[in-house]
Amino acid sequence: MTPFTSLEAPACPLGLANVDTDQLIPARFMQTPRAEGYGKFLLHDLRRDEAGAPKTGFPLNDPRYAGARAMIARKNFGCGSSREAAVYVLVDSGYRCVIAPSFGDIFSSNAIKNGLLPAIVSEADADALLANASIVAGGALRVDLAEQTIVAGNLVVPFTVRTDWKQRLLNGWDDVDLTKSFARDIAAFVAADAKLRPWARPVAPDGEN
Amino acid sequence: MATPRTIIDKIWDAHAIVTRVDGDTLLWIDRHFVHEGSHHGFGQVAARGARVERPDLTFGVADHYAPTRPNAVQSPEVRAMVAKLDANTRTHGVRNFGIGDPRRGIAHVVAPELGLTLPGLAIVCGDSHTSTHGALGAYAFGIGASEVAHVLMTQTIWQSRPRRMRIRVDGALTPGVAAKDMALALIERLGAGYARGCAIEYAGSAIRGLSIEGRLTLCNLSIELGSRLGLVAPDETTFAYLRDRPFGPGGAAFEAAVANWRELASDDEAAFDVDIAIDGAAIPPTVTWGVNPEQAAPITATVPDPDRAPDPLKAEAWRDAIDYMGLRAGMKLTEIRVDRVFIGSCTNSRIEDLRAAAAVLTGRKAVVPGLVSPGSMTVKRRAEAEGLDRVFIDAGLEWADAGCSMCVGMNGEEVPPGERCASTTNRNFKGRQGKGSRTHLMSPAMAAAAAVTGHLTDARPLLAGRRP
Ligand code: SF4
Repeated sequence: MTPFTSLEAPACPLGLANVDTDQLIPARFMQTPRAEGYGKFLLHDLRRDEAGAPKTGFPLNDPRYAGARAMIARKNFGCGSSREAAVYVLVDSGYRCVIAPSFGDIFSSNAIKNGLLPAIVSEADADALLANASIVAGGALRVDLAEQTIVAGNLVVPFTVRTDWKQRLLNGWDDVDLTKSFARDIAAFVAADAKLRPWARPVAPDGEN
Repeated sequence: MATPRTIIDKIWDAHAIVTRVDGDTLLWIDRHFVHEGSHHGFGQVAARGARVERPDLTFGVADHYAPTRPNAVQSPEVRAMVAKLDANTRTHGVRNFGIGDPRRGIAHVVAPELGLTLPGLAIVCGDSHTSTHGALGAYAFGIGASEVAHVLMTQTIWQSRPRRMRIRVDGALTPGVAAKDMALALIERLGAGYARGCAIEYAGSAIRGLSIEGRLTLCNLSIELGSRLGLVAPDETTFAYLRDRPFGPGGAAFEAAVANWRELASDDEAAFDVDIAIDGAAIPPTVTWGVNPEQAAPITATVPDPDRAPDPLKAEAWRDAIDYMGLRAGMKLTEIRVDRVFIGSCTNSRIEDLRAAAAVLTGRKAVVPGLVSPGSMTVKRRAEAEGLDRVFIDAGLEWADAGCSMCVGMNGEEVPPGERCASTTNRNFKGRQGKGSRTHLMSPAMAAAAAVTGHLTDARPLLAGRRP
């Protein structure tokens, strides 16, 4: 995973609440191999009209936020399904950070795995960021993970993120390698557990393996 | 005396391998279900040149992209998704309930009925409705593709201990009110993100009074309350359900397991971080009118007025939902006409759900088209043995095979743009059932009632004198 330390780029002031994963990427696109890139599916049905043309006035289509690497939304961002593709659409569009008052649980853990920072701010600070003249004008926003601050013009806003997630993002740690380093603990657990919960192994029905 | 613990902590402790200084714990996983959408996870395994660590604890189920109509013409892309699951499970020696398997269906329906889901197990699947399995007292939660890959390669997962929430529902549900109504009423009252970061134990006499199938429906909707998992402590109802399931323990092993399972219940003095109580008798038949499950109301109510919303953000959300759904503020919910109905999905496609819908439909005709998709081929055979298929067909509804079907439209069965569907599913998000689709969530009896009248309808009068 690519480590995240800080970013400085325009932010897209999306400003919507309860952006669910079905909005982030409609199910019909999820057959696509990742190698093809998922960026084009980001908020597909929200940002386009019936004919598929980009809706003017929708922040994502606004040229001022063309180079955005952070998105600012309202509460419960990424609620809904476990589809990690909801993170791929953001990452493949160049986003490294989403700022919101709260996130869907599965979305946040998927985000961390892909080096996308889910930065939690207060409702008031989300409002302040969304109304900030520099952000609205497409000016650079700075997100510093070590300091846990967001800076836009004169506005400085703190954010929270779970400490273990912060470490993982800062270091770009890979879970599988980390887990493999605990191989002996896992083996010991499995041996002890077989005695404690013999019923926990599935029984193959007669005549099958 | 040992510190009193909740069922959530007991299962957690039994699966904890190590805990890091930062607080994350490595948990052992007893069952991992994979489906067509798990191809990203398998892709990550392949990219590392790795193997599936415990194929014996991994099970494939073709559900999201499975065809459910006999002569369905599916796109090559959709068929490729099913084939990819076949190939991935074959490569790694994982048992797969694929298209030809008589036990196939939706993972969250198939696993409980086969006895793959048991009390006290830690279960994961790359699907947020994995919370369903909590109905049997399992610690079951949905995971993302990178986590799927991690579990495939290590049979473990890193998690931080959730906050504990208990939702007590006491009293008895009134006639014609189902577990679905209970779940929708809870989400409406508490809010869609209320249980974020929490594991929920559902307790109280109304929960105890639910069948396992009702509990599966309730736990299924935990994620719509924001929680990754919700569970019910196993009791006599659970043990009776699990006896003689094909993949579960049998004979003496079953009795030994029951003795273990009895220990799982939360200790009397165990503390919950959040503890709330709801009166079961006060829960009405509930339907959604908006675009997330919290935008719900009793069937006797009206579409709310955004001008009277408690705050400006809600007002904006209500206005947007009313606009998308093509409704008017203040109109009666029973005035909302529907274009079709869908009875199915991991929420409401089990035999009791089909019986409840059939109780309304017997001797009546549907005035709109509708699709009935049983949750598994096992449920399908059982329904046919009971003659329920005749009830649906005689009413004019289509009787299909098992799969996720119109719940998410991935297999090509979609609600056409602009159409309104009375649906027993779990998500009424914009476009969930197909681009531009409008979804109203409700119980199977209520969906059947909508089929008969062509508009949202209180099922209770239609159920009077009938056996659900
Ligand atoms: S039935 Fe619907 S909610 Fe359930 S697993 Fe399938 S797509 Fe997901």
